[in-house]
Amino acid sequence: MTAVPLGPGPTGPGPTGPGRAGSDVAGALHAEWTKQRTVPGTIWLLLAAAVLTAAVSAAAAASTRCASGAVCRVDTAKISLTGVDLGQAVVAILAVLAVTGEYSTGMIRVTLAAMPRRTTVLAAKTIVVTGLVLVAGTIGVLGSVLAGRLILPGHGFSPARGYALLSLGDGPVLRAAGGSVLYLVLIALLSLGVATVIRESGFAIGAVLALLYVVPIIASVVTDPHWQRHLQQIAPMTAGLDIQATAGLSSLPLSPWAGLGVLAAWAGGALLAGGLVLRLRDA
Amino acid sequence: MTAGTVTSSGVRAGHDGFGQLLRAEWIKFRTVRGWVIGLVVAALVTVGVGLLAHDSCSNGNGTACSLPLGPGGEAVADSFYFVRQPLAGNGSITVRVTSLTGQIPTGSSTGRVRAGAGSGPGAGAGAGASMRSGLEPWSKAGIILAASTRQGAAYAAMMVTGTHGVRMQYNYTGDTPGLAGAVSTASPRWLRLTRSGETVTGYDSADGLSWTRVGTVRLAGLPSTVQAGLFAASPLYTKIVSQSLGGSSGTGGPTLASGTFDRVALGGNWPDGRWTGADIGGADAMYPQDPGAFHQAGDRIIVTGSGDIAPDVPGSGGGVNISQTLVGTFAGLIAVVVVATMFITAEYRRGLIRVTLAASPRRSRVLAAKAIVTGLVVFATGLVAAAIALPLGEQALRKGGSFIDPVSTLTELRLVAGTAALFAVAAVLALAIGTMLRHSAVAVTAVIVVIVAPYILGTVLPAGATQWLLRVTPAAGFAIQGAYPRYSQITASYSAAGGYYPLMPWAGLAVLCAWTAVALGLAAYLLRRRDA
Repeated sequence: MTAVPLGPGPTGPGPTGPGRAGSDVAGALHAEWTKQRTVPGTIWLLLAAAVLTAAVSAAAAASTRCASGAVCRVDTAKISLTGVDLGQAVVAILAVLAVTGEYSTGMIRVTLAAMPRRTTVLAAKTIVVTGLVLVAGTIGVLGSVLAGRLILPGHGFSPARGYALLSLGDGPVLRAAGGSVLYLVLIALLSLGVATVIRESGFAIGAVLALLYVVPIIASVVTDPHWQRHLQQIAPMTAGLDIQATAGLSSLPLSPWAGLGVLAAWAGGALLAGGLVLRLRDA
Repeated sequence: MTAGTVTSSGVRAGHDGFGQLLRAEWIKFRTVRGWVIGLVVAALVTVGVGLLAHDSCSNGNGTACSLPLGPGGEAVADSFYFVRQPLAGNGSITVRVTSLTGQIPTGSSTGRVRAGAGSGPGAGAGAGASMRSGLEPWSKAGIILAASTRQGAAYAAMMVTGTHGVRMQYNYTGDTPGLAGAVSTASPRWLRLTRSGETVTGYDSADGLSWTRVGTVRLAGLPSTVQAGLFAASPLYTKIVSQSLGGSSGTGGPTLASGTFDRVALGGNWPDGRWTGADIGGADAMYPQDPGAFHQAGDRIIVTGSGDIAPDVPGSGGGVNISQTLVGTFAGLIAVVVVATMFITAEYRRGLIRVTLAASPRRSRVLAAKAIVTGLVVFATGLVAAAIALPLGEQALRKGGSFIDPVSTLTELRLVAGTAALFAVAAVLALAIGTMLRHSAVAVTAVIVVIVAPYILGTVLPAGATQWLLRVTPAAGFAIQGAYPRYSQITASYSAAGGYYPLMPWAGLAVLCAWTAVALGLAAYLLRRRDA
């Protein structure tokens, strides 16, 4: 009698084990997606990230002029993507709240009770946040490029004067635009990792924004050129934004892709730290 | 009888109420460990990041970096070619200037230097090969009367300039315009200086007949025998190549100016009776200079010189701006903003706000108490941080061989107290925005972004747009850290990165205060109208 339920016991999980693990991930993804979808802030934050990125880019393009007759050394693609500098702050909020929102309500205990594989939970969050930021970032960046394409020719950067219209068919411009979307995704991952370590919204967003904004400001004040260059090479924001350059690549602190690589290393490191802490610590 | 008791106790409760409210908020603040740690972190990063600011001395000749100080105590550039002889007692000098020409380096042959920075006096050697003819707007040639040939000595001078007409300048900072227009053989300029005791008066004239007094200046402590004569100077040529916050790298180098003088008339006792010429400043000066010369042929004297007689603009290659020691303010401010925002948002998150508002139903007073506690605590933190960061940073810079352009003690006090005020007002702004938005992440981001945005966007936007942002956004408050006045008689890139803000110090802080007042008003309104 007692042997009968024991019989399928050991055999049952055996074959279905891998299948269950797969559905674990799918289930975690579904759960994270449902959470993100139903939290009222998400859609507003995504909208704000896209709109702020495009609006600040448009304002930057509108404030840049090239007087007739002058030769303006302006990287039109970089100007048109200026909004990413501020849009990233909204992306950081979204990513931070994806983690700290659960801690502030105590929801995290339910989540981890339902899905004891904590790294799976973090992976699912990572994937969902990546997807959301990809969509919002793409919209924001496309809006920025469009704004630059429409505004800049009227401000002296016209094809007649040797400034090509911004076009995604142009290799460097495509790199700058596509790279900016990737940049926003990596900022989200960095924020996710930091938030998993810190667990408190206010402190986490403060840490992320300090990491992003303090170094560029210090670098602009430091007068020693070597120091300035080193700071710009290791800081996540300045290194990552090298991807937006389409002109004067030789004078950049890092090549565009290497710069994005530095940011990716930061994001990877933060996620790793987050994953470790999540596994080792009580929720 | 009973009514009287009620009234009096009611009044008392009103007075005690606010004191108790303050006390309650103070206890809340100091008992949350994270906030106290946050403020300690704010103070530590303010000091620590400030120590990172260092500047390599750009003096190429191995001598210690230092600039001469003018009579007012400010750091000055005092390098020019001086054709002089002593004047004993009162007297005058009159000349006619018939031309002012110059030479500037060709763009291609000079190395990359920081805006306004020279690469040491050696850079100017071999001038002829890499120079083309051209005149700097503030190239000068004219007559000068100086207390001595020492750098930084008191002086008064009348001069023609590249594009700014005739000027009377004195003691490095003084500048009075005279006749406008460029000098040429067809339209010469007559200049005259008369000395009477400690008073020197400058005159100009287009024909040598009708004279106009340009200015009178009293040079305190002027000795009875002074050095007077002709001079020429031409400031560094700078062409900004790449822009970051209004200028960070450019090409340039020393330039030369040549003035042609005749009809020299001397009044009074000139015992030597002949001219001697020498570079003031010369090889040991920090101001990069090409060697000058003078050439006398009959009545005519041609004086060629390089350098400048003007106040120093810190950060342009000579001295260092003292506000560099406070660069950690940005990092500290982020920590302060986080703590101040959470002072209110944490109450919402934990539901404590309902208890707080039940205990004191007059909601505006709760907000006022929170604002006062936040402001005072953060002001104290900022005061300690800045009072340590400034002298410690100065010491570190000097140890590194840098020369810090001196400022008055009053200015140093203003920098320290102003930084503390900047912290406090920004913290109250964060509290107000936190009350409005009620979510820490969104509120913290909003405050940080409005404060740093002009600096972040400044690396991309044109200088004009950045200056405009620094006038109207809360970031204008950083103007309180501006330590030096701007001078119109120097071509310099006055950028926020260099420590020059578009608003006057207190005006900038007032802009931040105005934003904070509006935010507090809105926060009080929303706190009253909304359910907690």
